[in-house]
This record gives sequence, C-alpha cells and structure tokens, in this order.
Amino acid sequence: MENYIIEMLNITKEFPGIIANDNITLQLKKGEIHALLGENGAGKSTLMSVLFGLYQAEKGLIKKNGEEVQINNPGDANNLGIGMVHQHFKLVEIFTVLENIILGVEPNKMGILQKKEAREKVVKLSQKYGLHVEPDALIENISVGMQQRVEILKMLYRDNEILIFDEPTAVLTPQEIDELMNIMRGFTEEGKSILFITHKLNEIMSVADRCTVLRKGKSIGTVEIKDTTKEELSRMMVGRDVNFNLEKKPSVAKDTILSVEGLTVPSQISKKNAVKDVSFDVRAGEILCIAGIDGNGQSELVSAITGLEKFTKGKLTLCGKDITKFNIRNRSKSGMSHIPEDRHKHGLVLDYSLEDNIVLQRYWEPEFQKKGFIKKHEVRSYADKLIKQYDIRSGQGPITTTRSMSGGNQQKAIIAREMDKSYELLVAVQPTRGLDVGAIEFIHKQLIASRDANKAVLLVSLELDEVMDISDRILVIYEGEIVGELDPKATTVEELGLYMSGAKRDEVKESTYAE
Amino acid sequence: MQNKILSLLDFKKIKKSKGFSSLTAALLAIALGLIFGFIVMLIARPSRAIPGFSKVLFGGFRRIGDVFYFATPILMTGLSVGFAFKMGLFNIGASGQYSMGMFFALYAGFMFDLPDGIHWIVCILAGFLGGMIWGFIPGLFKAISNVNEVITCIMFNYIGMYLVDMWVQSNGTMYVSSQTRTDYLPASAQLPSLGIPNSNVNIGFIIAILIAIVLYIILNKTIFGYELKATGFNKFASKYAGINDKRNTILTMVIAGGLAGLGGAFAILAPVSGIAGGSMTYEPINVIAANGFNGIAVALLGNSSPIGIIFSAIFISHIQRGGTLTALNGFKPEIIDIVIAVIIYFTAFSLLMKTALGNFINSHRRRKNRVEDENIGAPTSDDEVVVANQEVRSEGEEA
Repeated sequence: MENYIIEMLNITKEFPGIIANDNITLQLKKGEIHALLGENGAGKSTLMSVLFGLYQAEKGLIKKNGEEVQINNPGDANNLGIGMVHQHFKLVEIFTVLENIILGVEPNKMGILQKKEAREKVVKLSQKYGLHVEPDALIENISVGMQQRVEILKMLYRDNEILIFDEPTAVLTPQEIDELMNIMRGFTEEGKSILFITHKLNEIMSVADRCTVLRKGKSIGTVEIKDTTKEELSRMMVGRDVNFNLEKKPSVAKDTILSVEGLTVPSQISKKNAVKDVSFDVRAGEILCIAGIDGNGQSELVSAITGLEKFTKGKLTLCGKDITKFNIRNRSKSGMSHIPEDRHKHGLVLDYSLEDNIVLQRYWEPEFQKKGFIKKHEVRSYADKLIKQYDIRSGQGPITTTRSMSGGNQQKAIIAREMDKSYELLVAVQPTRGLDVGAIEFIHKQLIASRDANKAVLLVSLELDEVMDISDRILVIYEGEIVGELDPKATTVEELGLYMSGAKRDEVKESTYAE
Repeated sequence: MQNKILSLLDFKKIKKSKGFSSLTAALLAIALGLIFGFIVMLIARPSRAIPGFSKVLFGGFRRIGDVFYFATPILMTGLSVGFAFKMGLFNIGASGQYSMGMFFALYAGFMFDLPDGIHWIVCILAGFLGGMIWGFIPGLFKAISNVNEVITCIMFNYIGMYLVDMWVQSNGTMYVSSQTRTDYLPASAQLPSLGIPNSNVNIGFIIAILIAIVLYIILNKTIFGYELKATGFNKFASKYAGINDKRNTILTMVIAGGLAGLGGAFAILAPVSGIAGGSMTYEPINVIAANGFNGIAVALLGNSSPIGIIFSAIFISHIQRGGTLTALNGFKPEIIDIVIAVIIYFTAFSLLMKTALGNFINSHRRRKNRVEDENIGAPTSDDEVVVANQEVRSEGEEA
C-alpha cells in the first residue's frame, strides 16, 4: 500500500448529454508533483472542480490519507488542506496584496481586523519560498507574475498541503516559468503535494514526477515521467502521433502587402499612447510575428490595423490601397482576414449556430443572400463544406449552438471562416491560446499553408515556442514600441526574452524604417 | 411528405427545440402567477375566491371579441419592445411612441378629408409615422453619442404625452372641451369592424397578427434580422464582422417606434359598438399610456419572439377581461395587475426555473438508475459500473 495523500477513485461526473469524467482514478502521493495532462475538453478542469468541491461527482469517492471524505464546497476542500490556483486569477483588483491573501480567513479580535499578524505571516512565507510580493501594492498595479505569486501565497497562508495549479504558466515569460518550476520543487521538499494541470509537455518533463493522462473524459493511464518521453505522452493525450517538428520551407517573401507607417494608438485605460509611432511592412509569403509580453500594445496595434479601434496618427496601406480611413467591412473586402484575440468576445456570436457563425464575414455576399433574404440552403451547404474541410467537430453539425462547442473547434470555425474568404493579409492574434496540442498543430499548419499560398501573415503571439517555430521574422514590441527585429533562425529564446522585458533594444533598426 | 409530417410530430425533437423550453417556462410562470393571484383572493375574500378566480380564468371566453380588441394595442407595443430587445435595446419608450402614433392617427382622421376605404388606411400610416419619429430620436442619440436609450425613452414618454395632450386640447376640431375628450372620428377614418356582436374588435387585430408574422420573417429570414440578432447577442462580434451597428440601432428604434405607434392608431381608430357612429376617444388627463408598459410585460412573457408575443398578448388581454368581471364578486380589478406582475416576475426567473426543473428531472432519473443498479446487485465490479455508465450515456444522448 503506497502512501497516497489524496485518492480520487472511479470518479464519474456527468453533464446533460456528456460524461465529463468517466470512471477516472487519480492518486496523488505525498510530496510529489503529479501532472494532469489532457486536451481541452478532456475533463481535467471538471476533475479538479470535483476535488475542489465545485462539483459533486455522481459516482466514485475521494479519500484523504486512506479515509473517505466528503467535499461539498470549496470551504470543505480548504479545511482538508486543498488549495487551488485558478487559470484566471480570483483576486480583488482594488484590494492590496495582503488584503487579497487574507480574504475569507481574516485574523481578527472581536471582529476587528488584525493586519499586523497577517502581514508577518505573509512576509515570512514569501521569504521562505522566495515568493516576492509587495504586501501593500494594489492588485491592479502589479504584474501578472506577481498576481500569481499572490494566488500561491493565498494557498500557503491557509496552510494547504495539496496545491492544485491550473495552467499556471500560460501568462508567464520564460524566466518567470523557470522561477515557478523552482518554487514548485521547493514545495515538494517541504512535503507538500502538487497537482499540475497543463498541456505543455516540456514543463511536465522538467518538473513532474508522475503524469496522469486524460482523453475524452477517460483516464488513459498514469506514467512515471522518468520512464517516458514527450512523444509517448503526446500520443497518450491525442491518441495518435503528433509531429513536433513543423515542416516548413524557407520563406520567399515577395511584395509588400501591408505597410504600417508611424502608427500611434491611444490607450483605452490611461492617457498614454499604447502604440507609439510604429512602422513595419508585412510581405506576401512570410509570417511576421509581433512578440512581446502581454499588455505592451499588441492588442491596440491589431485593433488599429483591423479597424476595431480608431488611431490618432499613422497610415495603413493594404495591397497598395490606402485603408487608413476604411471601416471594418471595407478592410475585410480589401483583403484582410482577422483571427481575433478573444474568440468569445469578437470571434463568434456564441448564441448563433455554427453555420451562422461561418458566414459571419460573408453573409452579405450575393452567394448567400438575395434581395436581403438569406439563402439558407447555400449557407448550409457552405457550412457543411467547411466543417468537412477543416474537421470542425460539434454535436449537431451546422445547427450546433456555437457556445456548446469546445474551444478548439470554435477556433477551427473561426479559422475556416477567415481562411476561406478571399484575403491577402491574415492577422492572427494568439490563435492557439488555450488550445490543446492537436488543435495547435492544426492551426500552425494552416498558418504555414497560408504563407505558402503566398499570403501575408501577421501573427501576434505570447507563446515563445510558437514565435520561434513558425515565424519567418520577429518584431519585438515593448511598451508600445518596436524594440528589435530578429531572425528566428539566428536568435535564441533567451535573447528574445531580453528584448521582451525591455533589457535590450536595437536603436539602429528604427531609423531604417523612418523614411 | 409522410416523413415530414412524422418529423413534425416527433415529440422528442419538439422537446429539444428552444421554443419549446421557453414555452414551458412561460406556462410555468403563468401557473405560478395564477396561484399567487388565487392566494391573494383567498386572503381578501375567502368565500368568494373560487367564483372570482374562475372568472379570471374563464371570464374572457364570454367576451372573446373584447379579448381580441384589447389584445391589439398591447400586441403592437409588445412587438415593439420585443423587436428592439432582439437587438439588445430596451425600448421602454413604447408609451410615448404609442401616444404619438395615436395623435398622428387622430390628426389624420379629423383633418384629412379622404374617401372611404382610403381614409382609415392613411390614418394607420400616420400613426405608424408618428411612432417612428418618436422612436427615431432615442435611436439617433444612442447611435451618435451612445446615450442610454432607457433614459431618453423615459424622457420622451413624458414629452410625448404632454405634447399630445397640449395638441389635442388646442385643436377645436378634435377636442370637445365640454366632455374633456376627443370627438368621435368620422366614419371613414374608423377601422372596419369584424362584426363580432357586443365587441369593438376590428381589422386592427388581423393587421397586428400579420405584422407579427412579417416581423418573424424579418428576424429569421433576412440579413437585416441576422445582423440585428447578432448585435443583440454580441455587439463586439458584430462590430468585428463589420456590421454597421449605428445604422441598425437607428433602424431598429424607428421600426420599434412605428410598431408602438401602430398600437396607438389601432386603439384610437376603433369603432365602438352600441353607439351609432361612435369611436374610441382620448381624454388628455396627463397620464402616460399604460399600454406601453403592458407591452413590456407582453414581450417578456412572449420571450421577445413575434409569434410568442401574439399568444402572450391574447393571454394577458384574456385575464384582464376576466379580471374586470371579478368586480361582480366584489374584487377590485387591480387584482389582475398583481397576477400579471407576478407572472412577469417569474418569467424573468424562467432561466432559473428551467435549470431547477432540469435538475429535478435528472435527479429523479438518477434515482431510477440507482434502483436498477441495486436490482442487478451492488455495482462493485468495474464491468457493471461501465454498463451503468453506458445506460446513462444513452439517456443523455436522448435528452
């Protein structure tokens, strides 16, 4: 009998029409880092929500130290020493770091808050584990990395010994990821146990002891990391071989498709400019990547190019046409396709059916309407064609409500829509965010196929692997300015990281753009 | 062909459809509202509660013509509110648009001298125009400078009502100051009656239903409807798709205003049975038209769907007629306003109730499964758990 601190035995959790967890068993040893790997929709989050008391399983039981326990709400989980860092942080923006950490377990004497005690404990914890935070800073003013450290301190403050990390590295720079991995190792030395939800194989290989793989709600198996390989894990996760090395011909960049000159975009949240006098060209047959840490002006830059937001200064030329004053519809007609950053906010009308979303950029074309009436039949057959061509999976085919589809398939629908219309420039903003290996592979292939079809691709990405793997040219954006132009073949992730954090910049490059 | 009929009769398919689930939610809300009304009646006058309540339920059937007649204006204002709501706009200004439409119709009725058969049509169109103008202005403000339409609409309810009262009182042709009301309209301006005895029901009701059907087609078959609903569901995505939301906002408010205006026109152009040459009259007493607000209730109960609104308008009119009859049992007709209020309240909770009902059915089903499991024997071995899971899955697929 091994020493398991938490056992989830034969867990079955069912939602109307779908079994999210089908007889899953997960056993966590004391002091180990146990990775939970699976594609989106594989049931990872559901399983963790069952453990954290957000859902109750229909079948199966949870044991702690060999004894059966009931977890009916997060409070129960907390009492059992289970803590969770959610993918989207649950912090009160206008509270200080300290206030957020003690929220819910405020130390008090007769109802009067004892902040001093709390502060001592927090400072002690942060020193012990190397989790640097500023206790009195407001959450809205600190970096995402520090916000994550606050979330971790929240768990430690509650003396949790089982720590769940839900996709913790999605928002971090390479340097921060290394730091987090070290902190996690430090926890296990203290005897704490970690459940680490991720779909990044590199991280699992570097930090985890064991890994349980889920696929379509079923447990595929639990493996020792030292006995396995990245390839094997991905095969278990996706159910087939995944090609990590993208086959890519060298780019043959041709004519300039999009030319951006002196673009200045005001910020939505402050009085400063989010994008400052940025100029660059995107040419046919190349993937130009804008790399940078989130919040350095990428979103504003793209909004200005695609027409979602107005900009104060600058000129945009698409295929030789001045589109500075064009509205969104006319930019689209002039040959711009846009895979937006937020597929739920901008990319899809979630309450519309899949077919209605597929024609979202084209419903007004004569192919799909006659005198203002939608040609339902043509829409249906067009949707069927794209669903087949791009392998978009959904419950009821073209009439599925988009909201009920998985993230990967929603993204596929957007990509199908944007790449099947006639276009010269494809603007793709974080096209693989939150997607699983299979979907990422598919999207990367599509982007490269688009480049090989002699289209211009402007990619904005926060994922360094993605930047390095698929781009032909990298522009690094820092605080609204382009600080460097790099060749992915001649640079390293570390160098890229230095540019992204503002530690390094090329002054020379900018002058070449100024004409 | 036979297959088509069969598929229409396929109950499971109907059960799955969105329309069905909003229908069940509305029916549930109605049932709860009526129960609540009954309880209030029991408390107020226990001995007469049962005859009174049966009048609420069935009284309307005795005056079916009146039910349709009174349903007409609230059907129009309901369509107005529901149509705007599809685009995510809350047209609380249906009252003002209704008053405007009524005044324009009155003006055309008294001041234009037109032949029979054309005059009333012109009056209706004038009402449509009046409502459109009153919907256009809040729409314009919303589109140009993003002024919340709720605020402008409420202000325009007052502006519209006072303007109409002022115009009516200052017009010697339409206003009879000795009776503090408008005069009877010339016969050529009155809507043709449908000839149901002892009721005022007229062709307006038929036109209103036709308009509802046209709106249904616009919403579901045209690219304008597609754009409008897309904006209502997700204005960011519709902006991203290049939909001109400013133009659509104005257009939607103009149409919504026009619909409410038609409601006003249908109400005032109705002939009154029993009085030779009599028609409906308007008393300028500085009160905002209640039919505009009733339209909000109608639209909510009808889930903003034009077809649903036809039925909800008739239903609300039905219990209102029944409610006035409860006076025979010594109840105040306001009792019915309570019932309607409770129904609307529960309709707003419909989503919550749908989930609650779903959970109840599911847990019932699960209990049934468990009993079956026990019949087989305790589900200890993995095989049996798998079997049970498969059963659950097949049921899940059906649901």
